[in-house]
Amino acid sequence: MTTMPPVADDSARIAAFEARIAADESIEPKDWMPERYRAQLIRMMSQHAHSEVVGMLPEGNWITRAPSLRRKMILLAKVQDEGGHGLYIYCGTETLGVDRQDLVQQLLDGKAKYSSIFNYPTLSWADMGAIGWLVDGAAIVNQTMLAKASYGPYARAMVRICKEENFHKKQGYEIMATLARGTPAQKAMAQESLNRWWWPSLMMFGPHDKDSSNSDELMRWGIKRKSNDELRQRFINLTVAQVKAIDLTVPDPDLKYNEATGNWETGPIDWDEFWRVVKGNGPCNGERIDARRRAHAEGRWVRDAAVAFAEKQQRDNRETTERQQTWTRLGDGATA
Amino acid sequence: MSTAERSWPLWEVFTQGKDGEPHQHAGSVHATDAEHALQNARDVYARRNEAVHLWVVPSAAITASTPEDMGPFFDPANDKAYRHPQFYKVPKGVKVF
Repeated sequence: MTTMPPVADDSARIAAFEARIAADESIEPKDWMPERYRAQLIRMMSQHAHSEVVGMLPEGNWITRAPSLRRKMILLAKVQDEGGHGLYIYCGTETLGVDRQDLVQQLLDGKAKYSSIFNYPTLSWADMGAIGWLVDGAAIVNQTMLAKASYGPYARAMVRICKEENFHKKQGYEIMATLARGTPAQKAMAQESLNRWWWPSLMMFGPHDKDSSNSDELMRWGIKRKSNDELRQRFINLTVAQVKAIDLTVPDPDLKYNEATGNWETGPIDWDEFWRVVKGNGPCNGERIDARRRAHAEGRWVRDAAVAFAEKQQRDNRETTERQQTWTRLGDGATA
Repeated sequence: MSTAERSWPLWEVFTQGKDGEPHQHAGSVHATDAEHALQNARDVYARRNEAVHLWVVPSAAITASTPEDMGPFFDPANDKAYRHPQFYKVPKGVKVF
């Protein structure tokens, strides 16, 4: 194989790389990329994978208490999907030269970030509706954009995930719609849940563009194609109509429609709350990590058993081969 | 945790969506052995009938061309326009060839 002609310096490589981004080419694992691009992707993709994994916990809380077998089966399937999404994205992140084991360890050590929304508690059954509808709904808006990300393995994982998220959102909205047309107490439960999840859902898109330290770089390199505020606005416009359709109320007295732009405009978002939760002081930050550690420790024997079984199989196979070779030798001797 | 856990080997997963279609790369899984890799691949990449058939291949067993080779390695294909039917002229009188 030929080797690459020596390149004068990194600036030439960066220029060539950015030309590829500008031409909408897909960057693949073995392609040259600026270290900063790699680092930003590892940061973003591992946080995304952790979010999928931690995202199983608030909903896992309600599996045993689902109100019917139908709802229980749906919730089980949804939580399994979230685990699968975590695996797709961890594997995508590994193509950048990191080890999944290290990423998992960072999460268990409490050093990794994940989406802050999962640090809120799930207090009522209606929260299963609100999470599917709003949290997965917001994730779809974000991930539909990421499906066009410049890094091939990330984009491909997003395509797969987006297909599955639609079921998540629909089942959540169905739970909310069912409660909203139920008894007054059920409708109140749906409204109370919407009240708690509305603002944290808007915060999922991250700080306003002017306050987002990573956005410029991520957009320049085609990892993100739309800004936090653009995505948030799209989510708001989609969701307000869905709230009205099931006769609930958006918990925002300042919400108004802007005829000129066609956008629904909200009151101010409480960014102090956002940063408080990001920095580890949300209602459930500690509980989530404890639950992950416990699950990881309690699953240890399964992982150990899988390794022991594989080793035993290899040993047995080796012994069988050796036995066959011995027979062959003996057979050769007999015919000679 | 008493001892550090080793990473399980990495396997590349290929799925065949329908009978008669080619197998396509879907992603990868970690697993202790081939059987385990097949089961993980089913759970991760075929929860919705995305596959009627699966292949798992140890990632380390795959040899791939490198991006640096992209030009020279595939060069031989570039200067052989006569491999394409558009290269040839057909007399005007022939409507359907």
